[in-house]
Amino acid sequence: MSFPGGNASVNQRRSAHVLTIVLTADNISFRVAGRELISGISAVFEPGKLHLVIGPNGAGKSTLIKVLSRLIRPSSGRVGYEGENVTSASELDLARRRAVLSQAVEVAFPLKVREVVMMGRYPHFGGRPGPADETIVDEMMEYFDIIEFSDRGYQTLSGGERQRVNFARVLAQLWRTDHIETLPKCRYLFLDEPLTFLDIRHQIEFMKKVREFGSASDVVTVGVVHDLNLAARFADQIVLINDGRVVASGTSAEVLTAERINAVFGIIPTFVKAESGVHLIFD
Amino acid sequence: MNGRNGYGRLILALVGAMLVVLAASIRFGAIDFSVADILAAFSSLLPGHAEATLNQRIFLELRLPRAVLCMLVGASLGVGGTLMQALFRNPIVEPGLVGTSSGAAFGSALFFVVGGAFNIGASLYSLPIAACLGGTVATYLVFLLARSREDGRASIVMLLLTGLAVNALFMSAIGFLSYIARDPQARSITFWSLGTLAGASWTAVQIVSISTIGGTSIALFYAKQLNALMIGEEEATYLGVNVNRLKWIVLSINVLVVAVATAFTGVISFVGLIVPHILRMMRGADNRFLILGSALTGATLLSLADLLARLVLRPAELPIGIVTSAVGVPVFLYLLRKRRYVF
Repeated sequence: MSFPGGNASVNQRRSAHVLTIVLTADNISFRVAGRELISGISAVFEPGKLHLVIGPNGAGKSTLIKVLSRLIRPSSGRVGYEGENVTSASELDLARRRAVLSQAVEVAFPLKVREVVMMGRYPHFGGRPGPADETIVDEMMEYFDIIEFSDRGYQTLSGGERQRVNFARVLAQLWRTDHIETLPKCRYLFLDEPLTFLDIRHQIEFMKKVREFGSASDVVTVGVVHDLNLAARFADQIVLINDGRVVASGTSAEVLTAERINAVFGIIPTFVKAESGVHLIFD
Repeated sequence: MNGRNGYGRLILALVGAMLVVLAASIRFGAIDFSVADILAAFSSLLPGHAEATLNQRIFLELRLPRAVLCMLVGASLGVGGTLMQALFRNPIVEPGLVGTSSGAAFGSALFFVVGGAFNIGASLYSLPIAACLGGTVATYLVFLLARSREDGRASIVMLLLTGLAVNALFMSAIGFLSYIARDPQARSITFWSLGTLAGASWTAVQIVSISTIGGTSIALFYAKQLNALMIGEEEATYLGVNVNRLKWIVLSINVLVVAVATAFTGVISFVGLIVPHILRMMRGADNRFLILGSALTGATLLSLADLLARLVLRPAELPIGIVTSAVGVPVFLYLLRKRRYVF
């Protein structure tokens, strides 16, 4: 698996000068209708690493992603992108460096696959897409193996095919065309349970592609997944949250202990060693 | 691929169709004008030519402004329909269904009666303002009442039912006004609820052309953002769209174009429903094409409807709302059944 096109060097940059902390959550809380969905969460997220947030239903995982991606503004606290408070950043400015892959995307009208992928380039052009945008869309569609669907209606695709289209759209949004334009700013990729409707093979393929893209030294990746084994296998850093608070964060070995999983999920795991690493089994 | 050329050719074809219908619409009616009559009428406008005859004046002062106003109103309704459908991500929404048209008609009628009582003449310029106010109030009322208490969103079923109720309310209010109004006013009030182009004048053309052309041009500027909205409000936000601002702008454009048109022609339903539907079947859902295309197609279809309304019972004429409803209701029912809304 390798990245397409001549931009590989731009998008897979691993420079010697690495910003260590780029995305910061500083004591963020979010309240709605008198309920606190997340309470005083502080966390730091580094570029080039894959951060996965885990926790039981209703723990506040999706809310955390929405606050970090500035879909919603925190009731208190501060989200910083490279030190800059993003509360007042414009939608367009954010869209040029931040993209979110959601659980499922429903379209209201018959759209062709290529039209959906091209939407990822919307923040980057004014009236009509330029040649660079067309090239990026072509390359992304090739990378996700959806080029043969190009003219098919998005609504006719299966769940797995749709997610490939959306992933292509999201990476097209974050794709860089040259060094100078955007060099000082990092790119932020958020995943809001994108694996929910995928079968196991697609889940693994997705996570591999996420990790590949997220390993660039200017990409910060934060995602929510449900499957603890998937998180353990792919995450560089795991953030375990419960009741809107961070319970633990660190590597999977540090975070995923039997006592902690039992305390948070209410089920005791058995650890099994396999070639690919440690696996959790639940009875 | 839907490049600029693909749309360009289709847009040209739509312009061609519109011109053909325009030609038919100025030729045929209670009286038919030959091409020679029409050319003579136009040349009478040039300096140094003979004064226009009665026939030529009928053409220049009745037939021609009516044909042009019809195009403008059709364009307004088509664009209004496209905007509402894009905004609510639903192909069965149209300005007539969410209260804009009946509210605008009520605003015009109320202004007519109350203005008369206080001796404020309902001038052609203040009428559209009253219509806009009425359209805004009714549209806002529908969305306020249709919004669910839990998540603040308007479900499509609630929207349609609330629209039905608010439409009925404003229509009965117009009925009430026509009942209490003195005779000459009453006649002009009932026309707003039926929809007709019989009152066309060059002043009306002037005013409606400003709102139609202005509104459509501004809407074109937001076409890309409306496209992003097709994949959902959250996704559009992630793509850099300020969704709340977009909603306000697009709703305002819709109220402006539809209410001003309604002020001069009354309620004409279903044009805004059918036009975007036809275009989407022809060439996808890209709003950059749909907005311009629905202006052209709306103009063409309403002119056809008006031609029909003038020819069926010649020399008498049908209210145009009857023609558009006769065509529009089946399309609406088809769309409703196809989407299988569960109540």
